[in-house]
Amino acid sequence: MEYIPQILFLIMLVVGFGLFAKSAARIRRNILLGKDIDRSDNPSLRLNTMLRVAMGQSKMVVRPVAGTLHLIVYIGFILINIEVLEIVIDGLFGTHRIFAPVLGGVYTAAINFFEILGVLVIIACAIFLYRRNVMKIGRFHSTEMKGWPFKDANYILIIEIVLMTALLVMNAAEANFPDDHRAAGPFLISGMLAPLFSGMGYETLHLIERACWWAHIAGILFFLNYLPYSKHFHIMLAFPNVYYSNLKPKGQFNNLESVKKEVELMMDPNADPYAAAPEPDPNAAPQRFGAKDVQDLSWVQLMNAYSCTECGRCTSNCPANITGKKLSPRKIMMDTRDRLEDVGAIIDLNKGTFVDDGKSLLHDYITPEELWACTSCNACTEACPVNIDPLSIIIDLRRYLVMEESSMPAPLAPVMSSLENNGAPWQFSPSDRFNWATEEA
Amino acid sequence: MSEVLKVPTMADMMAAGETPDILFWVGCSGSFDDRAKKITKAIVKILNKVDMKFAVLGVEESCTGDPAKRAGNEFTFMMQAMSNIQVMNAYEVKKIVTGCPHCFNTIKNEYPELGGKYEVIHHTQLVQQLIDEGKLKVEGGAFKGKKITFHDPCYLGRGNGEYEAPRSVIEKLDVELTEMKRSRANGLCCGAGGAQMFKEAEPGNKEINMERAEEALALKPDVIATGCPFCNTMMTDGVKYNDKQDETQVLDVAELIAQANDL
Ligand code: SF4
Ligand code: SF4
Repeated sequence: MEYIPQILFLIMLVVGFGLFAKSAARIRRNILLGKDIDRSDNPSLRLNTMLRVAMGQSKMVVRPVAGTLHLIVYIGFILINIEVLEIVIDGLFGTHRIFAPVLGGVYTAAINFFEILGVLVIIACAIFLYRRNVMKIGRFHSTEMKGWPFKDANYILIIEIVLMTALLVMNAAEANFPDDHRAAGPFLISGMLAPLFSGMGYETLHLIERACWWAHIAGILFFLNYLPYSKHFHIMLAFPNVYYSNLKPKGQFNNLESVKKEVELMMDPNADPYAAAPEPDPNAAPQRFGAKDVQDLSWVQLMNAYSCTECGRCTSNCPANITGKKLSPRKIMMDTRDRLEDVGAIIDLNKGTFVDDGKSLLHDYITPEELWACTSCNACTEACPVNIDPLSIIIDLRRYLVMEESSMPAPLAPVMSSLENNGAPWQFSPSDRFNWATEEA
Repeated sequence: MSEVLKVPTMADMMAAGETPDILFWVGCSGSFDDRAKKITKAIVKILNKVDMKFAVLGVEESCTGDPAKRAGNEFTFMMQAMSNIQVMNAYEVKKIVTGCPHCFNTIKNEYPELGGKYEVIHHTQLVQQLIDEGKLKVEGGAFKGKKITFHDPCYLGRGNGEYEAPRSVIEKLDVELTEMKRSRANGLCCGAGGAQMFKEAEPGNKEINMERAEEALALKPDVIATGCPFCNTMMTDGVKYNDKQDETQVLDVAELIAQANDL
């Protein structure tokens, strides 16, 4: 009989982590639907960038208010989870505050610190809720933030507040225990809350304390399993995402190997123009120029989509968006994730194979109008706190539009033919290129 | 003042059995656009002033392919890039200075994988080097005490991390360098990049260059300094649209230096 809580706890833990592992595996599978790209170079610089940007949150603090609040929630989240270790041990072995006698004064200090952190987290989350729901901060209310994305952010903040409150109430209830039943404490913050529960009998207090204890751990497991369905998955993916982010100059676009080969052949004076085309490799997947759907993107671009926190910093810095054009780099990332989830669901439904649903990322999720509004200025990549690169997706989709569908805004067509014929975007004769040197100043 | 410009071509140099220290890559805008040609000439004047042994490709130069690549037309880009590389490798080019951040970015970052490996610098970086090495003396001249703000070109700044060279050059002019709210890494695009220069903007409620010009004009500067011929066009249009062309000039950093030195 006395083992029942422990068995219940074990089942809860196994189910909680098991479900999470399943979700994580699904996301990993989806990300690996992307094409391979080599990001194994320069490990020390990558590690450094990860420590600075993901762990040190160097890009978050560019906006001091949101940055500081985020830092509190982040540190709180990590440190308070140390307490979870104790909870797990206690839960499995039926002990109570197993570290308290071992650590003594250090334990009291640690819990006091956690309590203060907990209050700060509650305050930060409350301010975040206020900013999102009462203050009309533009980037939280754009078109792509209607419905689920908006609720998602609120849910997570409320869960955080509930988790922290449970911890404080648990300690406050225990503070009223008779001395010989109290394993530790009283502590600073919960001590102040303790009078709320004074006068209650030990039975009631113990019930409250236990309820909060279970609520806290169950809440954590719920939170863990909520993550993969939420933008808050960034708390996991931010680290690998920054690690594998682009280290090259932002202005540098990749050169398409397939195009390079064709052009080399065209320009090779020794190539026999009448030679039969080389046998196509029958096993090779049909080569697409650019990207039409998520499978044409690289796994880094797909991981980017799962790492996006929907903060909208990219969009609020995007010149096209600022001036009222349809383009929003945040929406590009959200669309990519939505499409990838849809593709993943189709694969699951068809026992592991993708069945064409007649849709694609380009056109059905992202329109050419959005793509053509981009000036390739890199403000979005600069602003993103987790080094996401929306521009690379925009360019890959443009490449498909131009090279596979031959579709581009009307004024660009003569520019392209002028480039090919005159070596300049304007229709000037190449022989006039040097005229400037002899013209009147 | 109006000395004749000395602009040797690579072909001339080769014929004379000489090799220049640096190739000046002029770019399409700098070659054909009337406003940008003035920037090109200002750069040449500076090169002449310090007796730099340089050459241009002249009629052998062709577009780097930047607009094609940003528009998604990798084929046209590759053709341009590979033929330019052929020409430059035939002349055994080692070092290049460009008058345009787009040419700078493309040749510096995207040509190496295609066989074109050169040391590439932007003209503001070259001017800074010349000043640092004491080869070029700069005094405020006509600009002394004037209020100047610098508009960061995306492909020089965010694209390649160069924010300081143009600023340090401008500061040498004894001017009051003021910054727009959005500057350096946070700078706002002029609206011309990514092949936007050659097409209509998508529907919106404002043109990007208007937004940027208003931001610059709010500082009431005497000069909006640029480091890119496309930014120059966009900002000039924005200033004209606001009817402020009598109060505020739009000048490239090279023009500032050339004018201050009466070149
Ligand atoms: S690169 Fe394109 S999407 Fe990104 S901020 Fe600039 S214009 Fe917007
Ligand atoms: S791409 Fe980056 S900056 Fe943009 S919304 Fe996502 S996380 Fe924020």
